[in-house]
Amino acid sequence: MRPEPLDPWRDPKAEPYVRIEGVTKKFGDFVAVNDVSLEIYRGEIFCLLGGSGSGKTTLLRMLAGFEQPTAGRIVIDGQDMTGIPPYDRPVNMMFQSYALFPHMTVEKNIAFGLEQERLPKGEIAARVAEILEIVKMTPYAKRKPHQLSGGQRQRVALARALVKRPKLLLLDEPLGALDKKLREHTQFELINIQERLGVTFIVVTHDQEEAMTLASRIGVMNHGTIAQVGTPTEIYEFPANRFVADFIGSVNMFEGRLVEDEPDYVRVESPELGATIYVSHGISSPPDARVWVAIRPEKIAISRERPDAQENVARGVVREVAYMGDLSIYLVQIDSGKMVRVTQPNITRHADGRITWDEAVYLSWDPTSPVVLTQ
Amino acid sequence: MKRSGWFSRTALILGLGFLYVPIMSMIVYSFNNSRLVTVWDSANSPTLRWYFELFRNEQILSAAWLSIKVAALAATGAVVLGTLAGVALARFGPFRGRTLLSGLATAPLVMPEVITGLSLLLLFVALEQAIGWPQGRGMLTITLAHITFTMAYVTVVVQSRLTGFDDSLEEAAMDLGARPATVFFRITLPLIAPAIISGWLLAFTLSWDDLVIAQFVAGPGSSTLPMVIFSKVRLGVSPDVNALATIMVLIVAIGVVVAALLMRRRERRREREVQAATAANL
Repeated sequence: MRPEPLDPWRDPKAEPYVRIEGVTKKFGDFVAVNDVSLEIYRGEIFCLLGGSGSGKTTLLRMLAGFEQPTAGRIVIDGQDMTGIPPYDRPVNMMFQSYALFPHMTVEKNIAFGLEQERLPKGEIAARVAEILEIVKMTPYAKRKPHQLSGGQRQRVALARALVKRPKLLLLDEPLGALDKKLREHTQFELINIQERLGVTFIVVTHDQEEAMTLASRIGVMNHGTIAQVGTPTEIYEFPANRFVADFIGSVNMFEGRLVEDEPDYVRVESPELGATIYVSHGISSPPDARVWVAIRPEKIAISRERPDAQENVARGVVREVAYMGDLSIYLVQIDSGKMVRVTQPNITRHADGRITWDEAVYLSWDPTSPVVLTQ
Repeated sequence: MKRSGWFSRTALILGLGFLYVPIMSMIVYSFNNSRLVTVWDSANSPTLRWYFELFRNEQILSAAWLSIKVAALAATGAVVLGTLAGVALARFGPFRGRTLLSGLATAPLVMPEVITGLSLLLLFVALEQAIGWPQGRGMLTITLAHITFTMAYVTVVVQSRLTGFDDSLEEAAMDLGARPATVFFRITLPLIAPAIISGWLLAFTLSWDDLVIAQFVAGPGSSTLPMVIFSKVRLGVSPDVNALATIMVLIVAIGVVVAALLMRRRERRREREVQAATAANL
């Protein structure tokens, strides 16, 4: 967790830095972004997470000024951005393709934005040198983009956007073109640079892992609307709806009917499980409502002996085992016929004694683990 | 590979022969001493006689000079207009009349030259009667006509180069604070420079060897080189035309070879650099 005295979005006195107010974007009949409202605070790394066609890139392009909202408005640092072209916005963008100018050296690429501000030559040179130092690209200043590797290009693109000292930096899939190892490394580097320069980041990504590591908060997008906004923990542990629960990580979903609804617990009768599920937190929902109970695979215990608990236990047979190295994934068919996904960390090195194919097992979980979803 | 060797070799020889035997025979006859083009005077050949005579021939020299001027001006004009049209077609997305512009800009590619020439002649005559410009027909009208028909080629070349480029380059420039004019001159133009150069060379060549359109729009005293050659040949082929054609072939050949060599060297260097960058990774 980031060491912040108080998360700004929880501080009622904090003034949002970027306000997206009821923004809608239509392309002909197609609604790419549908009435989205968001408040983003100074110094945040805010991730817009969603699949392709969820409207996340369109929203980013509206922030940059490449697209104009059909309805609603965007306010950055108290300034209404309606009708302001990209070149007059206090915003810079790092493109997914990096969009480095192929006919200019690294140095010239980075200096381009400063030249547009008509700064004196000496200052331009000093600021280019400084940012090259920050992204560790000083030795490559005279190279052309095609002489750089993917990771180096990414850093040049970042430097080119940051050298303008924007109030807001937009990043479109910043790590999309890098391989896995380089990605992890770059993620932490990105956070370091962001903290050092104190720029507000809005990152668009389809990669939930990337969003989880980078973000102070995540806005999950689906079909042009915001499905949920929250910290990575909130999004993962307390998804607001089935889409978010399903989109982030993997989840076992049991459909059921609310049979007992008390302030401190609920019971859900689920034919899919063949039993009732006891959840130790209340929800506000009409009785008898159709609900869904979501349980994460890593929060389900698997054992050969029947656990002592009376509720939240299911019996089944192991149908599939996938060894992933750090953990194993079991697909267990419970008595009702439904497949349940369970993950267990591989604590010991030896395979003997581990549960394997076709074994009869019991699944159980803590009453605090499930999340009851009403939509 | 070996078994089909004779086949590909025959194909190569036949193909090259088909293309170059006529030119070779022309080059050989340009060194012939005889005044009769088809009779080889083995006693006094080879000779450079026709080359010297060529350089004393005022008519041919002035026609060549006119052709060069027309071709250079027409190519430049075509590049300016063609680039604008190409950029508009490739970048401005769907705008009103886009399909119309695209169709109209490329129509001269398939339009019979006779029709282009005739319609331009009618236009020039009508314009002269209406507003008194262009006065008579000559270099100006030939240049204008050549701009009209070569512009289409430049448009196509520039447009295809631009569609190959990511528009995020221009967006990135704008995002960095560059106004549209700056974006055009500092980003778009350098990127399409190779297309503009090849468009210019293409337009120059097309204008240089155009006979049909020039016939229509030329006036007295403004004969381009192809017109002069054609009229000389109609009176019987004279050997100095062979010499002239040989010089033209030589110039074109040198240009093509130099361009190919330069491009290959650049391509090789680039390949090496890309390899070095990927090998060094990180």
